[in-house]
Amino acid sequence: MAETADHIRDKLIEELAAVHVDVEDTSPNRCAASFKVLVVSSQFEGKPLLQRHRMVNTCLAEELKEIHALEQKTLTPEQWEKQKSQ
Amino acid sequence: MNTIIRSTARCLRAGAAAVYLPVRAGARVWSASPPRRLLCAAADLQKDLGAMVKKDKVVVFMKGTPAQPMCGFSNAVVQILRMHGVDQYAAYNVLDDGELREGVKVFSNWPTIPQVYFSGEFVGGCDILLQMHQNGDLVEELKKLGIHSALLNAEKESK
Repeated sequence: MAETADHIRDKLIEELAAVHVDVEDTSPNRCAASFKVLVVSSQFEGKPLLQRHRMVNTCLAEELKEIHALEQKTLTPEQWEKQKSQ
Repeated sequence: MNTIIRSTARCLRAGAAAVYLPVRAGARVWSASPPRRLLCAAADLQKDLGAMVKKDKVVVFMKGTPAQPMCGFSNAVVQILRMHGVDQYAAYNVLDDGELREGVKVFSNWPTIPQVYFSGEFVGGCDILLQMHQNGDLVEELKKLGIHSALLNAEKESK
């Protein structure tokens, strides 16, 4: 699964110009292939949550055919800095 | 299983428009018995979903039922709604119906279950509902539906 996590990370960085991506393979805790991702990108600026998640879904459309569950946190660089300092 | 095969054959022979029989008319929860939906009814399902999501203010497509969720994410949605005092809503169990499970993903253009609708509009999955709960948006959205969140009462009491 490590290869898939890296693959997901690379795709998110490339397609969403993400400045930070965390991919966690949560499959051991769930019933099937599952991932938790944190994506920080300025492309999320001004976009509501649903739209941001749809962007990630579109980026990972191929992978989602195999993945059972995807948890997402989508932040703008500003939100991420704020979160880090908390 | 045999009734489904026989009725499918009947449909193909008759060449009639798909007959879609809901398991229990007006029911809020899909029952566990095999659905009498025929293979040629995929397009009808999309149309039905359009009606289903508008029929009730809060609609959830989930794995299991609110009384017995069968997945951690579906359970999270049930628990969050419960915290806000939302216990009366339409819950459709996708585990009972493979066509519904795939059909709702196509309908919402969203790859996973659970899926939450407010007033016929897609809200998102568990993540989004959780974030809305945490940042206060959920209370606002429920207010727009005419639902007074239980958390507002809790706040008032503590002041």
